[in-house]
Amino acid sequence: MIFAEWKKVSLTLFEGLSKKNYLMKPIIKVENLGKKYKLGGERKRYSTVRESLTDAMRIPLKAFQRNKENGDNRFWALRDVNFEVQPGEVVGIIGRNGAGKSTLLKVLSRITEPTTGRVKLFGRVGSLLEVGTGFHPELTGRENIFLNGAILGMRREEITKKFDEIVDFAGVEKFLDTPVKHYSSGMYMRLAFAVAANLEPEILVIDEVLAVGDAEFQKKCLGKMKSVSDTEGRTVLFVSHNMSAVKSICQRGILLKSGSLEFDGDAVSAVDYYMQGGSDLSSFREWTETEMPGNDNIKIREASVYAAGKSTGEPILTSDDLVFEIEFYNKIEGNSIIDVTWDLLNVQGIHVAHLGKVCKPGGLLRGWHKTTAVLPKNVLNTERYVFSVQFGRNQRELLYRMEEILTFDIDDGIPTRGNNFDKFPGVIHPVCQWQTESIKTV
Amino acid sequence: MQSTITQRQKTSMKGNNLPENPLVVIEPRKNWIALNLKDIWHYRDLFYILTMRDIKVRYKQTLLGAAWAVIQPLFTMLIFTLFFGKLAAMPSDGIPYPVFAYAGLLPWTFFSNVVTNSGNSLIGNSNLITKVYFPRMIIPGASVGSGLLDFVIAFGLLIVLMFYYGIGLSVNLFMLPALLILTSLLAIGVGMWMSALNVKYRDVRYALPFLIQLGMFATPIIYPSSLVPEKWRWLLAFNPLAGQIEGYRSAIFGKPFDWFALGISVLITLAILFYSAYDFRRMEKSFADLI
Repeated sequence: MIFAEWKKVSLTLFEGLSKKNYLMKPIIKVENLGKKYKLGGERKRYSTVRESLTDAMRIPLKAFQRNKENGDNRFWALRDVNFEVQPGEVVGIIGRNGAGKSTLLKVLSRITEPTTGRVKLFGRVGSLLEVGTGFHPELTGRENIFLNGAILGMRREEITKKFDEIVDFAGVEKFLDTPVKHYSSGMYMRLAFAVAANLEPEILVIDEVLAVGDAEFQKKCLGKMKSVSDTEGRTVLFVSHNMSAVKSICQRGILLKSGSLEFDGDAVSAVDYYMQGGSDLSSFREWTETEMPGNDNIKIREASVYAAGKSTGEPILTSDDLVFEIEFYNKIEGNSIIDVTWDLLNVQGIHVAHLGKVCKPGGLLRGWHKTTAVLPKNVLNTERYVFSVQFGRNQRELLYRMEEILTFDIDDGIPTRGNNFDKFPGVIHPVCQWQTESIKTV
Repeated sequence: MQSTITQRQKTSMKGNNLPENPLVVIEPRKNWIALNLKDIWHYRDLFYILTMRDIKVRYKQTLLGAAWAVIQPLFTMLIFTLFFGKLAAMPSDGIPYPVFAYAGLLPWTFFSNVVTNSGNSLIGNSNLITKVYFPRMIIPGASVGSGLLDFVIAFGLLIVLMFYYGIGLSVNLFMLPALLILTSLLAIGVGMWMSALNVKYRDVRYALPFLIQLGMFATPIIYPSSLVPEKWRWLLAFNPLAGQIEGYRSAIFGKPFDWFALGISVLITLAILFYSAYDFRRMEKSFADLI
């Protein structure tokens, strides 16, 4: 009896102690983290017979692999990244494409090893870099729940325990024993997210996975994510391009730029900081005399895409007029009718537009020229786009074409979005003129 | 008191209190030694589920289904019987040639299927490797299950054949499970190594079927090892599968075991297994970047 009392007291004491000691202790500690990637080309020299043998087998292939990237073909996807995350925090990780967000998540989820530094994790990590990882089309919904759960690191008992909840969340009771290849894409995504949403790690790492499913389901997912951190005190790291989602879900924002930590603070400030600055190299490119791409007809010196009224490198919003500009050298003697054409593709590979025009009806003389085009605002949707450019003569003959000359993102500038936090579906998103007249009220 | 504290720490994981030491430290790996068996054990459910997936999916949407497990060795056996048994009059240690060949083809088919499947398994599961963490060895390892099932199905036909040719079951069959384990280990060893090489050098994908074809002739399947001249027979010992195949025949037909050949086969199998596990661990860290 006395012993029990004593135990209770000591436990309370311990509770208090531990709160003081551990409450401010981070759950994630990232120290000098760096990740270096090799860009093809150079390989390590091995000395074993086996390696030489495979080397010999590769020789015929080498001829095809020789690219122009002969110089420094290593780059740091992450460099000297330091931060700590407290338990229960919801951290949004933002930055341009290629800033290192996904690499950071991959290191945190142990998919790839860092080159330098270390990460200390004081809790189990569940990572959700993709919904439905490992789903097999031939297996039934039921079988895929177990498969996906196991892949995400859940034990069988755990899945069995949560099975009803998962099925309920996904709303696929009727199709549980149907192979998922017969599912609609919506059902498939719901099932996949439902499994992941029921993971119970202390740390949840989520890549941009909400870009799928219908609006209603998105709301459900965002709600689930909020409740995960609010009621269950779980720590969430969340990568997104969707600034409104980051602002509404996250308390804290970490901005990455070219692999380094650029800003770390509350989510709203981080988003504002990001929207105001930060440069994206691929939205502006220039070449020196010797490096200029081209051929005997055309050489390109500079290409850029930017929002009208802003400088290059600033984020482009859907509500901006889009300016694309190219400076080139016409090497053809005399006067020629030259046209410039931009091919605009989105990252899904959809050819969004083919925009071309004869530069000057009277023709261009040999020398330097600059062509600018303006695409009106509120036409394109939030997306990553890739530009290719081509030059033609007499609108018939191809002079030169350069693929993927520019890559840029158009961010969301739509002011009122209601409850839909995510990218609106569709290739374009023009602003319509809306009008409602009440014909007769009863 | 000490125990109370540790217990509190365990239960407090859900709350705000964190363990004293990090559960996981992610840093550049310095040594391969940590085979991480604990980690593999933790993910045993995944191993089981991936094995079941392979088994379930293997004959989905096929007309003949699991009959393929029998068709493959059966038809190979028929062709061999025609060309080697009848036309070339290949000796078969006094056993009717069809049964002789089939008994060799069974473990060979098992071995070659497992090596082929596990050799291509990492590439085939690249979506998992780039998206989730788990001990990578599970993937090539999980290819054994479906191969074993095929073996068991095809073994049924062997019993029928033996009955047809009037060959009784022998007590030597007690060695069969041990032999199967040995062949599985060898197949995992070779397959695991191939799968890792395959990530970096896709040549493996093209070389593998070819190497397996060669391997078939370097192994006493269509011929008995007694056909090899005495002074060259030691060469066969370098092929760990040779000793095993003769072992299967001894088990099935009740002939004395060649313990010496089996012993060497065990040693070579283990050596291959450990080397390939070592090499796999060495290459593992770059899988996600290369695949």
